[in-house]
Amino acid sequence: MDRPIRVVVAKPGLDGHDRGAKVVARALRDAGMEVIYTGLRQTPEQIAETAIQEDADCVAMSILSGAHNHLFPKVVNLLREKGADDILVVGGGVIPEDDIPGLIEAGIAGIFTPGTPTSVTIDFIKNNIKRK
Amino acid sequence: MFNKEKLEQLKKAHEEWENTVTKAVAKRPERKKEFETSSGIAVKRAYTPADIENLDYDRDLSNPGEYPYTRGVQPTMYRGKFWTMRQYAGFATAEESNKRYKYLLEQGQTGLSVAFDLPTQIGYDSDHALSEGEVGKVGVAIDSLKDMEILFDGIPLDKVSTSMTTNAPASVLLAMYIAVAEKQGVSSDQLSGTIQNDILKEYIARGTYIFPVEPSMRLITNIFEYCSKHVPKWNTISISGYHIREAGSTAAQEVAFTLADGIAYVDAAVKAGLDVDEFGPRLSFFFNSHNEILEEVAKFRAARRLWAKIMKERFKAEDPKSMMLRFHTQTAGCTLTAQQPDNNVVRVAMQTLAAVLGGTQSLHTNSRDEALALPTEDSVRIALRTQQIVAYESGVTETADPLAGSYYIESLTDQIEQKAVEYLNKIDEIGGAAKAIEKGYIQKEIQDSAYKYQKEIEAGERIVVGVNKFQIKESAPKGLLKVDPKVGELQQKKLAELRKIRDNTKVNAALEKLGNAAKGEDNLMPFILDAVKAYATLGEICGVLRKVFGEYQQSIVL
Repeated sequence: MDRPIRVVVAKPGLDGHDRGAKVVARALRDAGMEVIYTGLRQTPEQIAETAIQEDADCVAMSILSGAHNHLFPKVVNLLREKGADDILVVGGGVIPEDDIPGLIEAGIAGIFTPGTPTSVTIDFIKNNIKRK
Repeated sequence: MFNKEKLEQLKKAHEEWENTVTKAVAKRPERKKEFETSSGIAVKRAYTPADIENLDYDRDLSNPGEYPYTRGVQPTMYRGKFWTMRQYAGFATAEESNKRYKYLLEQGQTGLSVAFDLPTQIGYDSDHALSEGEVGKVGVAIDSLKDMEILFDGIPLDKVSTSMTTNAPASVLLAMYIAVAEKQGVSSDQLSGTIQNDILKEYIARGTYIFPVEPSMRLITNIFEYCSKHVPKWNTISISGYHIREAGSTAAQEVAFTLADGIAYVDAAVKAGLDVDEFGPRLSFFFNSHNEILEEVAKFRAARRLWAKIMKERFKAEDPKSMMLRFHTQTAGCTLTAQQPDNNVVRVAMQTLAAVLGGTQSLHTNSRDEALALPTEDSVRIALRTQQIVAYESGVTETADPLAGSYYIESLTDQIEQKAVEYLNKIDEIGGAAKAIEKGYIQKEIQDSAYKYQKEIEAGERIVVGVNKFQIKESAPKGLLKVDPKVGELQQKKLAELRKIRDNTKVNAALEKLGNAAKGEDNLMPFILDAVKAYATLGEICGVLRKVFGEYQQSIVL
């Protein structure tokens, strides 16, 4: 692959906790990826749109408000509808372990909970992006 | 404070001691090459009178309850009464949250603190498209006065003080509270409590803004003015460093950026023609309590001293109450680990101790399971018991500011104040807090600290027990609190019914009057109160204001 991995880091929903999203965004950038950070209060439609327009390899979303079961799968579905299901989707935040299998099944490839070293997220994205 | 000759002798002796120890250390090194606090203040091997040789007791400390209030805002501190034990709570519906409040009051909690869900904090009704999936999640859903009546059902508002975490729509929720009290037969001058009402830190760190800076500052100033006449015991704002710290700032940055916001609010109110001593005594603050106990104690003391000076010297306040920095504290949510969550009880106990040694007026202790979900009733009880154990069993409450005079604490207090002053000067140069936020300066400073902290953890330079050292294999924790996903539907049904049975002509008239007033210069509180009493919803009221004021556009910095 000759161009750097492009990642859209997004905050879906109304949650304003963006420390994690921003730390991850910087870590991805320091790891050589191109990072587009959306800012707060993005609808699933906006996120899918940005991912497609930016020709992203990966969408990384963060939610700490408990709305993950609702919002993460919506983004996956929208990407599928738009024929962009080759974009890797990952998520993070305060996400109870019980919810993880359902999210994986819905098409979120990886879920990263509090305490995850950024290196784990970086490696996961590197090893799992679908555009080669 | 020290005899000069004696001090010189002492310095010499200390130097010799340092030399001897340094030689020994060359053979057997200390744990780290350099020791420093969260704020990047170098920590020495030991502190002596030489580190506080310029300390002037009357000028820098004075007695508890006396200017500059370094030692606390009351002369008797916790000998008089303990801090208010106030657990931030709220989830799902008003009915559910009302039950939790009654439980907490039965368990000996002494004040209420209402957590609203995100739609309520951002001025959307539960049936708005953007509310989908968020209703009742991080707090209680309040759509109208009807919900507020249920929320405080059976809770006497003349006896309990209530803190409400609401910012952009603070005036609407305060109006609802006043209206509920009226129905209970309690007049607004008997009400005590706090609204957060601190929009600047929403732009910086917390994210529940609605309107642009100028109309937001107007709403805040309107509240100051209205409350000084009608709700005199109300804390009209809680200028918050808590979220700034949660976003990753250091202790010194927390003091600096919080007080910078405070200065902006006082400036705005004075510009609007209010007298500083009319609203100054009702300003309150809200800080974080982190793990580094001694730096935290110094932080609280430095914040008190610096605010007192700012109010007296910069704003020419004359009423001592305007100079007293009274504050609420919450233990640091960001220090809670999802790994081995019971360890969090110990972290919270240390943070409680720091807040109490720092002279807090009220305290929320986090629950052990909050890195995983909203806390269960059992976890909340342990958190409350932690406060009660420190209050009744630790003995640190028996005298005011017990750490005063410690060479280290006094030196740290000075250094944190100094760092904060440097930031305040820089922010003044930029043109004040609002400008500094618009330029992304404050956000960038915080993000840099947050990133540094994370890198230290990943490099193993900073140890978090259970996360990057002393890990164990764990199974998923059981019995976490789950909010019923049906809450959204339930609220939507309630709203539909309300819209059917209320007097819609009255609602529309009140909303129209509010819209017109927003275009002019009148104080908006009376108009909001009328709309609330007609059962206009929070979303409708904020919708009218959105139309007139527009919405804030976030400045994104990375």
